[in-house]
Amino acid sequence: MLSNLLHINTLWVMASTMILGIAAGGIGCLAYWKRQNLMSDALSHAALPGVVVAFLIIQEKNLLLLVIGAALSALLGAFFIQWFTSASRITEDTAMGMTLSVFYGVGVMLLAIANRSPGGNQSGLNNFIYGQAAAMVRSDVITMVVLAAIVIFIIFIAFKEWKLFLFDPDFAKGIGLSIRGMNVLYTIVLVTTIVIGIQAVGVILMAAMLIIPAVSARYWTHSFKMMILLSSVIGGLSGAFGTWVSSTGSGLPTGPFIVLTSAAVFTISLFFGKEHGIVIRYIQFKMQQRSSRLDHQQVMTGKGGRSQ
Amino acid sequence: MLSSVIHVDDLSASYQKNKVLNDVSFEVKKGTITAIVGPNGAGKSTLIKTMLGLHPKLTGNVSFWGNSFKAAKKKIGYVPQRGSVDWDFPTDALDVVTMGLYGKIGWFRIPSKKDKEKAMNALKKMGMESYAHRQISQLSGGQQQRVFLARALAQDAELYFMDEPLAGVDASTEKAIMTILKELKSNGKTVLVVHHDLQTVPEYFDHVLFLNKTVYAHGETEEVFTKDNIATTYGGDMQWVGKGDQYVIQSTSH
Repeated sequence: MLSNLLHINTLWVMASTMILGIAAGGIGCLAYWKRQNLMSDALSHAALPGVVVAFLIIQEKNLLLLVIGAALSALLGAFFIQWFTSASRITEDTAMGMTLSVFYGVGVMLLAIANRSPGGNQSGLNNFIYGQAAAMVRSDVITMVVLAAIVIFIIFIAFKEWKLFLFDPDFAKGIGLSIRGMNVLYTIVLVTTIVIGIQAVGVILMAAMLIIPAVSARYWTHSFKMMILLSSVIGGLSGAFGTWVSSTGSGLPTGPFIVLTSAAVFTISLFFGKEHGIVIRYIQFKMQQRSSRLDHQQVMTGKGGRSQ
Repeated sequence: MLSSVIHVDDLSASYQKNKVLNDVSFEVKKGTITAIVGPNGAGKSTLIKTMLGLHPKLTGNVSFWGNSFKAAKKKIGYVPQRGSVDWDFPTDALDVVTMGLYGKIGWFRIPSKKDKEKAMNALKKMGMESYAHRQISQLSGGQQQRVFLARALAQDAELYFMDEPLAGVDASTEKAIMTILKELKSNGKTVLVVHHDLQTVPEYFDHVLFLNKTVYAHGETEEVFTKDNIATTYGGDMQWVGKGDQYVIQSTSH
């Protein structure tokens, strides 16, 4: 099993899913505080038709072009959600649920057409559904690493701006931060992270890479900066570890193993996290109970002493 | 010598098809504390938000020292309603107050030690220095309101807008906030406060603006804070219940 690690290709792929995990963990925190966890799921599903349409047009698997197709289709999905919500009585979660399934349905349908076209069967397009990091060639890896690095840079350079934008947008606007600009930037980094990740993780599970590290990090810290850092670390480690596990057997999809790894981290955080983890809370409660019982007893014995 | 800080001309605004502000015009003089009062849904918060460009205006014009909001925003501080933000956000009191300095620090720069000291001083003024590193989710409602006030103080503005700063706070916080407001006034700053408690208007504010979709009366408290103005602003179906010098309004119909 360990001999895998020595394989240069595996190392490359692990490095790329790790940097993807770091970017997704960071942007996941932004989505968490924007209360838009479901939005990332809708966007990743909405990316599928774009991938296939791009492939049908160019007739080859060039990741950068497929990613551009995916981004356009995800943005179209985001536009529909926005438009349905503002122009009709449909609420946002309904609009997301509808957009998610319709776009995904169209994507799967187009995929069947693409697979019948000459060369389509060997294209590996099916990997975009469950994710197959091993299918990435070197140029794919470079595309992914460069784009993920840009995303990470944008998250970390504008730390205090993100914080203000997410905590109190009205106040932010009052002191001159462009909320529209921040929203555009947020959507760009979110969509970029999603579309570069779908080949390795798949459209179905991509959202988990954003959500799970963020919510796990929440159990360990009370600082926004630490939450982003921790979430990035959890995302990066899950990405690398999940990829390594999936590389040990042939044809194992990458996405599920990454998600299961971060889910394991979440489970540990849920029980043992120092901020409101279940076990910690129970222990704190018991200690409180004991100390107040002791107080109570002291009061009682004190009273007893006086009355005698 | 008392020059106007704010000019509002013919301002109107709406939420979807409901017009909430109609032909609102008034001026505010330098160094005054004005209470904006009116019934629920009178458009008090909307008025502030529209003046600050946080809500789109339909018609009209707002100017600060003769300039647009954009040109004047560095000199304007805003205290939103406490309930407008998520207090579960992972940050501490000092950090929230530091946000008041972001405009001065400049975008994409990290706050310096000096900035943190300034923020700390603002917290001290509100009697909150011992809570500087407390999680904001663990602060009481009154303490959260003080943090918001401290953030506005850190901004060091000339003109302050405050949306219900005294809503749901305990007596000591109310006192602390009013002390700060008086201090601001004595330093020549101008303050506009959305207020809900008619009883305290004469004690706290030197000017009062009656608003119910449009301006019913505006001027010095001594002159315009009358039973007539209160009754017309709060609607015809209100009647007075005299309790000494307390102002109590009850609705006679539902």
